Amino acid sequence: MLGTSVKSPAEIVNNIGLLPEEFTPGNYAEGWTNFDVSFGRFFLNSALVSLLTVVGNALSCLLAAYALGRLRFRLRKAWFTVMIGTLLLPGHVLIVPQYILFRSLGLVGGDWPYLPLLIPHFLATEAFFVFLMVQFMRGIPRELDEAAKIDGASPYGVFRHVILPLSRPALVTTAIFSFIWTWNDFFRQLVYLSTLEDYTVPVALTLFIDSTSQSAVGPMFAMSVLSLLPVFLFFLAFQRMLVEGINTSGLKG
Amino acid sequence: MALTTAPGRSPRTGPVGPRPTRRGAGRARLGEGLAGYVFLSPWLIGLMGITALPMLLSLWLSFTDYDILTPLSEVRWVGLANYERMFTADPSYWHAVRVTLTFALVAVPLKLAAALGVALLLNRTWRGVGLFRGLFYLPSLLGGSVALAIVWVNMFNRDGAFNSFLALFGVEGLPWVADPDWALQTLMVLAIWQFGAPMVIFLAGLKQVPVELYEAASVDGAGAWRKFRAVTLPMLSPVIFFNLVLETIHGFQGFTAAFVLSNGTGGPVDSTLMYTLKLYIAGFTDLEMGYASAMAWVFLLAIALITAVLFSTGRFWVHYSDGDDS
Repeated sequence: MLGTSVKSPAEIVNNIGLLPEEFTPGNYAEGWTNFDVSFGRFFLNSALVSLLTVVGNALSCLLAAYALGRLRFRLRKAWFTVMIGTLLLPGHVLIVPQYILFRSLGLVGGDWPYLPLLIPHFLATEAFFVFLMVQFMRGIPRELDEAAKIDGASPYGVFRHVILPLSRPALVTTAIFSFIWTWNDFFRQLVYLSTLEDYTVPVALTLFIDSTSQSAVGPMFAMSVLSLLPVFLFFLAFQRMLVEGINTSGLKG
Repeated sequence: MALTTAPGRSPRTGPVGPRPTRRGAGRARLGEGLAGYVFLSPWLIGLMGITALPMLLSLWLSFTDYDILTPLSEVRWVGLANYERMFTADPSYWHAVRVTLTFALVAVPLKLAAALGVALLLNRTWRGVGLFRGLFYLPSLLGGSVALAIVWVNMFNRDGAFNSFLALFGVEGLPWVADPDWALQTLMVLAIWQFGAPMVIFLAGLKQVPVELYEAASVDGAGAWRKFRAVTLPMLSPVIFFNLVLETIHGFQGFTAAFVLSNGTGGPVDSTLMYTLKLYIAGFTDLEMGYASAMAWVFLLAIALITAVLFSTGRFWVHYSDGDDS
């Protein structure tokens, strides 16, 4: 893939080797400016959506997980069951009515077309992360809460001074996964983004397929390489934590 | 209200409060109940607004001819017409069901087998094992991305890298993705190749198997295969079950690769028309949102049914060692 991204059009068809005979970095420049809007814009859009999603998921899921995992209140068990239920709910089922909902609120294609993509994440709708954090919090010794309570801390104090600092690993895992998933997400971005300037990287990449011209294969591969780069770097930097994050998420059956 | 202490009051910095009396403890309980709902509120709002309300809306829409262009107030109630059309008058619907079932039935077991096999290989300590775990996991991470699907489709083109590779051995290549008989298989291979996520979960599960069990089995003279059958598989069954449920649901939802391969049409000749793609086309290309909603509801019921079936069969082969799994 990396090889193809630096091959000339003729070579892409004829040279089957991994390495190009002739290094053609021009594909990158060409891909970058292939459309009316520079690919840089698409990257900025994707980065913005992904980073805000990370913040939303981490915040809202942590709050929900603290309530479901640590506090005692009426109907807690029932809400927990509902949360697990939504874990199995496929996103495709909700896409049509959510689209209609956001559209009737004037948020689709509005001044800020990313709101429909972001709002759900600030409302902890990604149950996977809530579940992951609940499981994590179950591992934090209860004695810490009790000690803080005896010292006069309210549930808010316990959250702020016990749970929040100790939840760092779960927060990091959530951050990594929500970044990567959002960066790669295609379905929802395809549905909600309709103006070229607002496109994120995955949606922009499909423009290459629409133009099906054989000569665009080089630039298409070049941009595909670039689009995987953030995920790849993230992965390299956090590899250890990713695997450990899954190990500690309580999936031990 | 019943908040006995101010938010943010902490064990370290807060002033020393009165020692909790019985009454104080009671009030704290009440405070905790309120706090529970305060912390839960974003999720509750999301549940009501972004999940429950849309579900009701879509249930209603599934009995209408809503097309997004006409305002909601002028929508016509059509009763079961959408469902009738789906089951009796739209052959491409049944075709999408078949494609999706074929995909899930073939790709999911093979993916899980690959994941378990590689997890067993990587569940040892040798130099560089971490690197290999990472390498096998990477395709999963990149999995749903458009970029990977694009590369994959190009590799399996008539004159793509895969055929060129076959040509080295004098094997005549196939027009994989352009051939209706092979396009879906190509998608399956792509899906199976992304076995990293279940593999990591298997690895975590393998670490939980007590070493003593293997030692005891060795003492009893069990060979490698026997140990795998008698110790690893039963001990791992909850994790296998978890992965099976997750990957089955996941398998039914494949969208990106099918969309990219067919440029959003489900082609060639509808061979990659996955259910979700059919739903997308109905809702967002043909703008038949009522019809798409009906499809979504059948999809939801089917997934619920399949999950229920998995869970009911799970009782017979999933083994919980501590007898308590909540």
